[in-house]
Amino acid sequence: MISIDILVVGSGISGLSAAISAKQNGSNVLVATKNIPTKCNSVMAQGGINAALGNLEKDSIELHIEDTLKSAHKLANKEMVELLCSNAPDTIEFLEKIGVPFSRLDNASSPLKSVAQRKLGGASSKRACYAQDYTGLKVLHTLLDYTLNLGIEIKDNIFLLELIKNSKNEVCGALFFNFNSGEVEAIYASKVIIATGGFGSIYSKNTNSLGSSGDGIVTVLKAGGVARGLEFIQFHPTTLKGSNILVSESARGEGGYLVDSKNERFVDELAPRDVVAKAIFDKINNREKVFLDLRNIKDITTLMPQELKLIKTYAKVDATKELVEIEPAVHYSIGGIAVDKNFNAINLKGCFAVGECSNALVHGANRLGGNSLLEAVAFGRLAGKKASDYPDSTIEREDIKYNLPLDTNYSNFDIYKAKEILADTLFSGVGIVREKNSLTDAKSRIEKLNIEKLKANGTAKYNTNLTALLELQNANILAQAIIYAANKREESRGSNIREEFPDTKEEFEYPIDVTLGDIK
Amino acid sequence: MKITVNEKSYNIEKVLTLLDALYKIKSTQDSNLTYDAGCRSGVCGCCSVKVNGKEQLACEYEPQDGDKIEPIKYYPIKKDLLVDKSSGYNLISKERAYLKLYQESTLEKTDESKTQIQTDCILCSSCYSACPVLEVDKNFLGPFALTRAYRYTADRRVANEKEIVDNIQKSAIWDCTLCGECTLACPMGIDPKADILQLRNLSAKHGYMDPNLSNMGFGGGFGFDPNGGF
Repeated sequence: MISIDILVVGSGISGLSAAISAKQNGSNVLVATKNIPTKCNSVMAQGGINAALGNLEKDSIELHIEDTLKSAHKLANKEMVELLCSNAPDTIEFLEKIGVPFSRLDNASSPLKSVAQRKLGGASSKRACYAQDYTGLKVLHTLLDYTLNLGIEIKDNIFLLELIKNSKNEVCGALFFNFNSGEVEAIYASKVIIATGGFGSIYSKNTNSLGSSGDGIVTVLKAGGVARGLEFIQFHPTTLKGSNILVSESARGEGGYLVDSKNERFVDELAPRDVVAKAIFDKINNREKVFLDLRNIKDITTLMPQELKLIKTYAKVDATKELVEIEPAVHYSIGGIAVDKNFNAINLKGCFAVGECSNALVHGANRLGGNSLLEAVAFGRLAGKKASDYPDSTIEREDIKYNLPLDTNYSNFDIYKAKEILADTLFSGVGIVREKNSLTDAKSRIEKLNIEKLKANGTAKYNTNLTALLELQNANILAQAIIYAANKREESRGSNIREEFPDTKEEFEYPIDVTLGDIK
Repeated sequence: MKITVNEKSYNIEKVLTLLDALYKIKSTQDSNLTYDAGCRSGVCGCCSVKVNGKEQLACEYEPQDGDKIEPIKYYPIKKDLLVDKSSGYNLISKERAYLKLYQESTLEKTDESKTQIQTDCILCSSCYSACPVLEVDKNFLGPFALTRAYRYTADRRVANEKEIVDNIQKSAIWDCTLCGECTLACPMGIDPKADILQLRNLSAKHGYMDPNLSNMGFGGGFGFDPNGGF
């Protein structure tokens, strides 16, 4: 039984940023992660991190705010967007000072002016600071080196099960399944920060890491919190056909084209992602193929070494000479834990949430490329400081009563079968374009899987079937919550496209809220 | 086709990657088969294994008939292909490889290229597993940690270079045999051997000498002890 000031759950870029700032603010911090820190979605972010530095083109914080609000389709909170964009230059300065190896420009007048920037979709200027096309990897690893050397303990391989509350209904810790010991254990903390990432991997075609199952969102729902805007799931326009490996927006930002089967361009490649993804979806629905043409990009080997390698490995194509077939796939969870402007989870005193698992109302109905890494670092640091300054919850220890779903009479294969059906059902029924019938069908097909009754076979220690089931149980609850939210939104806006409601309606200028009671 | 995992054989269909094969086995043939995987695209470093004696990322390797799959070396094995990599993180804090003290520097493209390859490291530990020194010295810092150390010393923003150099003298740069196995094993094309050579040069600038030279029996006081009062 451990007891600390701040428990950060999740070790991606948001979690480590929060941990570092809470530690620097004087708190005693522990980071808990269900695997190891390098296994996160953050390392997969390629394109860049937005900040209006204006190093290559005229830019301003006002323009950054304007672009973000425009892409959000009236669902962002202006105050939060201003907070995000005005914190961006400081965020890059922080990363610069801990050693992030950004790509550079020569002859700059100051350290920040030397950071290279590229244009991503929906941006009015070259605004995304990058490290080749390994931006997320290099930011995460630099933060990791910093975290380890600050002496912040990272407890790996513990899976979040429940939040613990005291008699005043404040959050004062969390229960975990310890994969290494097979035990359920409690970690008590005066405050908890959830930074567990998104849930893209519950869909069949997705660009996410295998563990992106939205564990933190479901845990918060179970504790009485609110999930907000789950209907907004961003589809990335360009993933490799079949494997759904991401080809970053920077490929189009650097001059790559999209062409159809007739080798003709059909959409502005740098329009926001919802627009490009829908245009590609329509082509594919029309039994056409869509390709990315990168052959005209000068210096592609230095600008995008990772893209070329990924395309070579997973599509068996040399992108400097051939076209690359692509399709859209689930990429980013815009919705998440509803938080106030201090990142405090709604209805949960002592519990904070930040990063992809949260909905801080900065992306609205469609996220801009480069704003998620910014949110992770900028809001991660702010949330760490806010949590650190927040009054402590009183820690009240309790007996652990938690039954892990284990039973030797069950077959583990059923877990994977159910997982695959759930994932396919979500993609076909709650995909780029939804309609009432597809949502209702998806709901009943998922209910029939009876996922809540499944058990894993074997003992708890090192049981990856058990963790797969715990993730599936979370996916099951999330699926119901997403369908609930998508059903409520009887309009088309940003990444929520309804077949029977093609127009945007004024009455829906708010994200849909879901609580556990709504889906039970 | 047939592959074996720790001497247990499985028949599998032709698939794009070894990771696809492992998932297929786990979800339909042998649910107890235990391995790790994350990003499916070669950046999270989780799925490193040994195939026919050579380190590979399961998510990048295309399986061939007859392949023999084993866990990577030197880490405690949890189960099957799953190892405990947490001790790898301790190596980074042990050598204090990070930007502790910032000195203002306006970097240029040449600075970017100095550490570009080294910072591609995904901490998969393939180099660590391939290193023969660890066979005889479990305390050896190993290739990825030393590449990490080099990456910070080569960065003009880092003012704590000396501290990092001080921390890589024992069971570290001078114990490397420069065999180059790490370089061959790295899926990202990093060359830890070259980085170790650079760190030796840098150490010399800070007054350190190869301790092996003083042990070579020149006799008569030619041995130089860096801790010997200089």
